[in-house]
Amino acid sequence: MKIWPIMKKELRLYFTTPVAYGVMFFFLLVMGYFFFSIFSFYTMASMQSAMNPQMARDLNPTDSVMRPLFSNMSVILLLLMPLVTMRLFAEERKNGTIELLLTYPVRDGAVLLGKFFAALVLYVVMLVLTLLYPGIVMYFTRLEWGPILTGYVGLLLMGATFIAVGVCISSFFENQIMAGTATFVVLLMFWVIGWSGDAAGGIWKTVLSELSIIEHFDTFAKGIFDTKDIVYYVNFTLLALFIGLKSLETRRWKG
Amino acid sequence: MIEVQGLTKHYGAFTAIRDVTFDVAPGQIVGFLGPNGAGKSTTMRILSCFMPASGGTARVAGYDVFSQSMEVRRRIGYLPESVPLYTDMRVAPYLDFVAEVKGVPRATRKRRVAEVMDKCLISDVQYRLISGLSKGYRQRVGLAQAIVNDPHVLILDEPTIGLDPRQITEIRALIKSLAGEHTVILSTHILPEVSMVCSGVIIINKGSVVAQGPIDSLVEAFFPLSRVQVELAAPPDSAREALRGIPGVRDVRDVLTGDGTAAFAVEAARDRDVRGEIFQLAIDQRWRLLELRREGMTLEEVFMKIVAGEEAGEPEPRVPAEPVPAHETTS
Repeated sequence: MKIWPIMKKELRLYFTTPVAYGVMFFFLLVMGYFFFSIFSFYTMASMQSAMNPQMARDLNPTDSVMRPLFSNMSVILLLLMPLVTMRLFAEERKNGTIELLLTYPVRDGAVLLGKFFAALVLYVVMLVLTLLYPGIVMYFTRLEWGPILTGYVGLLLMGATFIAVGVCISSFFENQIMAGTATFVVLLMFWVIGWSGDAAGGIWKTVLSELSIIEHFDTFAKGIFDTKDIVYYVNFTLLALFIGLKSLETRRWKG
Repeated sequence: MIEVQGLTKHYGAFTAIRDVTFDVAPGQIVGFLGPNGAGKSTTMRILSCFMPASGGTARVAGYDVFSQSMEVRRRIGYLPESVPLYTDMRVAPYLDFVAEVKGVPRATRKRRVAEVMDKCLISDVQYRLISGLSKGYRQRVGLAQAIVNDPHVLILDEPTIGLDPRQITEIRALIKSLAGEHTVILSTHILPEVSMVCSGVIIINKGSVVAQGPIDSLVEAFFPLSRVQVELAAPPDSAREALRGIPGVRDVRDVLTGDGTAAFAVEAARDRDVRGEIFQLAIDQRWRLLELRREGMTLEEVFMKIVAGEEAGEPEPRVPAEPVPAHETTS
């Protein structure tokens, strides 16, 4: 499996063009704003609770700063990751480079995984940059590292799912904007599908809310490792990659 | 090296190629000729394992392009017509990437890439972004990526399109230098290119092979006549009559008749040289001989005859479908 050369090439394309830096810049910009407003709200609340000890009982920085920050981050990533993954196959199809790539002695699966892991590396770099925020909180106060760790593991798993869906959908399109829009809509649908669960009731309520791509992240943000959620993200990722692989292989079907 | 048997490809209801059959022996450079839309690119895409055929088989370097695609892909170099390159990459890293994907061992990769850049005359732009390169340079980068793994078979789709005359000469010389150790199939619609570079030719029209073989025998099969251009300072009518009277002359056609001079194309049997007799005739008649030149029948004329003949619905002259002869037949 020649995953590494493909991955190296994609990383080179991300990091030698403004793409990676642009995405990181705007991601940090909006995250910085969220962090600022959440953290300043927390400082205000803790100032008030100094006068009202009753309120201080439920106030801790992990739960009041990091957890909302994580859930904000998950939504921003849902909006942002389609823009990172949309080019992966659509650009190659548009420029025709896919014709050369797929006649090189490399398996379709290796091409797919190389692209997936390249986007994942960029994603991990984005996550590492956000460690700045817990760092700032830790400078002022004590922070439990357990829930932060589970939060980041959850973000990693969820992000892998976003990327897998993006890679998969990109393989269907020749136009990057189409690929990005479709990825965004699919991810959005898997986010809001849980909402309709309440109306459905009964077994469907459980099924629909368990399908939701963001609901499963909340347990991680609370500091809980639940196998159910890990299995959900891993399976979702594998399914999306499998469909992407099949979409690449259809080209080799006899017609 | 390349064996194609009954290859057919449909795009929906449209049939791009129908029952294409040909062979290319190892070490040969074969020109794949045809008007636009004849099915050249389709055939090459199938040979390069980019897409499967609807029917028929193709073997490249001894492996089936459909069932043993990985083995084929290890042994070919392919340059598509549009020369798709990663325009955001620089030349040397791009070629390094291709070499790595094509399995050039790490230890020799750097040297191999440098070698190939030298060969394709792109060493001077190796640190430039591909997006900033001219068409000629891109074409050569495309050729470099095709040969970087030292493939047995090269499949080049219109390798000289869009180049300036000097670059065309360079690329042709490069392709020619690849013969012997590599088997090359190149498509083109520039006919002189085929005569210059290739040892054999496959002519395809409307999805079917209409002629194939070594260029000389093709020309012979389609033109059993030799042709002499004559220009005389003589009254056209009597000159025409006199030329017709030379034994062995089949036909005399007016090329240009003017004031006191007349130019003709004299056609005779292929093995018969009528130039001496024309010269003697001019002396005898006291006509001044302005020009006397034997003309070779060109591939262009063969091509035009085949393609035009097809279009007019004439029965095509049957050419024995002999394979292109091999320099060596080891494979």
